[in-house]
Amino acid sequence: MKAEKGFRLAVLSGKGGTGKTLLSVNLAAVIKNSAYIDCDVEEPNGHLFFKPEIESSKEVTVKIPQIDNELCDGCRKCVEFCRFNALAFIKDRVKVFDEICHSCGGCEILCPRDAISNRDVSVGIVQKGMSQGVKTLTGTLEVGKASGVPVIKNLLDEDLSDRETIVIDCPPGSACVVMESIRDADYCVLVAEPTIFGTHNLAMVHELVTLFEIPYGVLLNKCTEGDNPSEKFCIENNIPILGRIDFDPELGRINSEGEILARQSEKYKKMFESIYSDILREVAHETVADTKR
Amino acid sequence: MKIGIPVNDNNKESGVCISFGRAPWFMVYDTEKKSEEFIKNTAADSPGGAGIKAAQILVDSKINALITPRCGENAAEVIKGAGIEIFKSQGENIGENIDQFEKNSLDLLDDIHPGFHGHES
Ligand code: SF4
Ligand code: SF4
Repeated sequence: MKAEKGFRLAVLSGKGGTGKTLLSVNLAAVIKNSAYIDCDVEEPNGHLFFKPEIESSKEVTVKIPQIDNELCDGCRKCVEFCRFNALAFIKDRVKVFDEICHSCGGCEILCPRDAISNRDVSVGIVQKGMSQGVKTLTGTLEVGKASGVPVIKNLLDEDLSDRETIVIDCPPGSACVVMESIRDADYCVLVAEPTIFGTHNLAMVHELVTLFEIPYGVLLNKCTEGDNPSEKFCIENNIPILGRIDFDPELGRINSEGEILARQSEKYKKMFESIYSDILREVAHETVADTKR
Repeated sequence: MKIGIPVNDNNKESGVCISFGRAPWFMVYDTEKKSEEFIKNTAADSPGGAGIKAAQILVDSKINALITPRCGENAAEVIKGAGIEIFKSQGENIGENIDQFEKNSLDLLDDIHPGFHGHES
């Protein structure tokens, strides 16, 4: 069930450590009536900054097939069908590899003998909390589970109808968990570092958001006086630049201590407020451009 | 008895393949007939679970022993579950590994590594 949604802003980057969580956390902290969703379910760390008071916690489960060996006649159709190779046929029995199964349900439908049913297996938890007016949602995937997608689905389906703006802190990279995280986003902010590697990572996520046809812009992080290949990439590809965060040891220090910059000093609060208003301006511009199309 | 070995190509000179699940071919050697057969590893390009599928191919070819440099835990579960013993290969030479095996001088593989369940794009 999809609840009525506020404005969904997804923050992405091609790899970890670019300042994706820094930006997400601080934006959520300066936006009124906001929610922060941590979709980086393998390594959620937004809660380390928000230190929320946990209000509720629930288990996320997936359906894993269960074989009835009395009914199974060993036709192996299920084994051949499973494209994840989560099933094997050994010693006249079908063996299920729970950690590999993606819970597509295909084998269950396919089995000609109705020998396959399913059972619920826990893959992670979703926690809701509050931190100085910001609603926080954290998903944590259990170690070794096949995919974070079910946990992310659960996070994004939470009822946040009382929130105007929802900041989604995406997992790094451009794999299926990232696609799942941005599926319902209204706007994507790509965070990029001023290095050749940073540009490479930016190009990766850029490809992804263009594929999903979600409007987007780039925030240049850790900017210095020197060359910024990521900036060059944006200009060459006509990508809107939403703003810049300069390389700043003080900022790095406060952040590494697990503090939220915008809550620590007026200067940083202003900085993130201004980044947010630049994003809003860009979003408004996009909407106008969209109706013109 | 039949022995399975992951190999780099469909000939005896090609060498033992460094990977199990992603090996392009498997050689199945029959110690009585002194003959070999090459089976294509259709699991090699599987996006996930390659080890399990590769192991299934070998189980289905009715081998009694597997000689391999390494093996993931899921694949090992399939292989061992079928009652097949896993031996650690020595060097790349296929013929020498078979000789060593027949002389009983290969060790059982004991460092089974956890799978890479990651979702690389
Ligand atoms: S498809 Fe059904 S009957 Fe056939 S092997 Fe699988 S579980 Fe058994
Ligand atoms: S549910 Fe889908 S992924 Fe899981 S074993 Fe069945 S076919 Fe494979």
